[in-house]
Amino acid sequence: MRKLKIVRTISQAFFFVLFVYFVFATEYHFKPGSEKVSGWFKFFFDINPLNLFGTSLASGVLYSTLVFGFIILIATIFFGRFFCGWICPLGSLNQFFSSFKSERKQHRGLALMKSNIFKPYQNLKYYLLIILVGMAIFGSLQFGLLDPISLLARSVGMVILPAITLWLKIVFGWLWSFDISFVSVIGELLYRFSSALFLPLKQPHFNGTFWLSLIFMAIVVANRIYTRFWCRALCPLGALLGLLSSFSIFGLKKNLDACDSCNKCLLHCQGGDNPHKDLPHHRSECHLCLNCLYDCPQNALSFGFFLDRKKAKVKPQITRRKVIFAGLAGLLAVPTLRSGLSGKPEIKPKLIRPPGALKEEDFLAKCIRCGQCMKICPTNALHPALLDAGWEGIFTPVLIPIIGYCEYNCVLCGQSCPTGAIQPLTVEKKIGTEKTQPVSIGTAFIDRGKCLPWAFGKECIVCEEWCPTSDKAIQLETVKQTLPDGSVLTLQRPHVIPELCIGCGACEYVCPVEGNKAIYVNSVGESRNPDNEMLLHRPKKTRTTL
Amino acid sequence: MALRDVIFMRRREFIKQVATAGTASVIIGGGILLIGSRSGKSKKALKIYKPKDYKAKIPSDKPVLAIAKNKDYRKAVATAIAVFGGMETFIKTGDYVCLKPNIGWDRSAQQGANTHPEVVAELGRLCFKAGAKKVIVVDVTCNAPRRCYNRSGIKAAAQAEGIEVIIPDDSLFEHIDFGNNSLGKWQVLKPVLECDKLINVPVVKHHSLSGMTASMKNWFGVLTGPRNRLHQDIHDNIAELAYLFQPTLVVEDVTRVLQRNGPQGGKLEDLITYDSVVVSTDQVAAEAYVTRFLDKKPADFPFIGIAENKGVGISQPPSDKVIKIDV
Repeated sequence: MRKLKIVRTISQAFFFVLFVYFVFATEYHFKPGSEKVSGWFKFFFDINPLNLFGTSLASGVLYSTLVFGFIILIATIFFGRFFCGWICPLGSLNQFFSSFKSERKQHRGLALMKSNIFKPYQNLKYYLLIILVGMAIFGSLQFGLLDPISLLARSVGMVILPAITLWLKIVFGWLWSFDISFVSVIGELLYRFSSALFLPLKQPHFNGTFWLSLIFMAIVVANRIYTRFWCRALCPLGALLGLLSSFSIFGLKKNLDACDSCNKCLLHCQGGDNPHKDLPHHRSECHLCLNCLYDCPQNALSFGFFLDRKKAKVKPQITRRKVIFAGLAGLLAVPTLRSGLSGKPEIKPKLIRPPGALKEEDFLAKCIRCGQCMKICPTNALHPALLDAGWEGIFTPVLIPIIGYCEYNCVLCGQSCPTGAIQPLTVEKKIGTEKTQPVSIGTAFIDRGKCLPWAFGKECIVCEEWCPTSDKAIQLETVKQTLPDGSVLTLQRPHVIPELCIGCGACEYVCPVEGNKAIYVNSVGESRNPDNEMLLHRPKKTRTTL
Repeated sequence: MALRDVIFMRRREFIKQVATAGTASVIIGGGILLIGSRSGKSKKALKIYKPKDYKAKIPSDKPVLAIAKNKDYRKAVATAIAVFGGMETFIKTGDYVCLKPNIGWDRSAQQGANTHPEVVAELGRLCFKAGAKKVIVVDVTCNAPRRCYNRSGIKAAAQAEGIEVIIPDDSLFEHIDFGNNSLGKWQVLKPVLECDKLINVPVVKHHSLSGMTASMKNWFGVLTGPRNRLHQDIHDNIAELAYLFQPTLVVEDVTRVLQRNGPQGGKLEDLITYDSVVVSTDQVAAEAYVTRFLDKKPADFPFIGIAENKGVGISQPPSDKVIKIDV
């Protein structure tokens, strides 16, 4: 049984590499005639029971692909938190960094052993989970902020990959800059190799990466002081699995007669679940990492089925009063965060959601902030919102047209969304047909005080060139304009046709007036919210044929 | 070191510490200065770009312009090239050929926003047949590059003929100074600068500002950077680029021509099918000729006149030099 520790390490490495690969590979892959994204990229989101639990609780809908979460749920009921110790990629990362302990005396040796004894702070995750559940009942799904899979996907896709890309491009550029052909050939080869594997074509950059990286670094660095601090104290998935593991029929068995109280089992304990003799074992904290078995010189520890439930603390050590308070806090948090007059998330002009996104209330009940849509967006248009979407929408996707526009024939964001917060559209559905209206995400407005033809009598109309709809939502008016010096100029001036505009932001993206563009998109007119409208009628129009 | 120790420091100790601190500051400061001055050195002045000669030596008995019509676009290309005595007239054995089609938009082949893949593929095949060592296809797209290359069908068609498909990234550009004209400094596609023979394979379509986008405006696609500013003085810019990049051959795709809603199009009703290919050794002649497919005259497009004045070509070649093949 001790050998199983090696199997666990291999399993952790396998799932971690798989996870990183899936995040890296979440890119545009062309298949003729389809815009489908491979379901494998959503593997970790599908099996994550927190997504199943959270989205069905908040939205009242069970999203079909998430039912795989039941596998982990049921397996946890029988075997305990094996997911944390064997599969969870963030857990593996934390475990890896936990082995680099601080050099300070108070974090090593005996002190380390003591720190791995169960502490009340580990109960925090249960209360956090209850707060999140309370919010989810009111339709605000905040699980994704702390969910390890979403958090790591976000961190890898929005922080690590752009950083690696930038770093590699600098290194390769430096290699190229040598006049020695041998070195530059090596640089060239390395570059071609890594771009074939994972390097994006264009350096990706994301709004608010700083905050994402700060959170990620804090989680990683905390391991230097407390082994897997995040997993023990904060992880809501760990809490959910901990609650379920109270039913488990599998757990640590201590042979107290063989034990000589050396306490070595505590040294590498990941969960902080008291494998040692003096205190009862906390089964809800145990990650089944098997380190204690490996460390025990007396072979006094083993894992087994149908143990005496009285000898171990099977249930999480949470008090009823705190549970009630946490639940109330969660319930009250939603109206507090939505303190608008309507009680609904308010309409924000700069909050442009990707095409196919549900109505804001439903969207916030489903988005797990995994960042897959932002990762896959071929134009780098989607970014994690900071406070753009209010306090409830931190790290949800928001389209920033200055950085990237919504590609007309592209539906990858919806295809990559694991929870259906962005509906998986077909291209026909997105761009509309003769009978159906296209999906609009906003409307463009021209700032006539800045627009080159309007304000300065200069030729431009790049916005019209880029407008992807057919007929174009930007139409031109040819005028004779007298300039201040008296010369008369024939000029084309752009006009937005709001009925035709889908708010893709291509015009804003290409407008040469850098900074605050002369044409800009606001969310008004978005299909997902009939209240966010300015027109009395939005006639159905014949659009582009594919 | 307590304050008292600082105040009552011994002279020797004082000198020692000041010397250490001084050396450290000299090294650090000098290092920073060195690094700073090094980056200043690398900013050497760019050389002014001289137009590269891609032209092949063509016997004077050859025509200037040929137009071939065929429902099979591959045959149309082949017959039009055959008028010049085959691709061998232009391509020598071992040549590195760069095909520059228009792959600007994430649109399918039938929508007429990009060069038809069959035209590109056939040209590649003919180049290989004439002995080209390497044939590449490259364009700086407007929409997301991979999407454009794929949806246009050019990637698949080109790869089937063994043409190397290059989707440019940052490493594939060179900073070029075009000199004292309306363009100035730009990042230019390296393969275009490096190749032996350059073939311009544009699609002819409507454009609201320049009126038409065909071979000359296709050179926007070798630049990257603030291309959106090129719309100011667009006619000068188009003509200037046509002067700077004078290709071996112009193959204009007029198989289907977008009449409205250009340059992206979308609706098939906006297209008129001509099933033709215009091949010319003269950009201006080709450009002037294809205006008729948009129901316009060369005079409607100022950039044709400007380019002609620059000596890029002749808009009205003698009629015996224009050969039409209607199949």
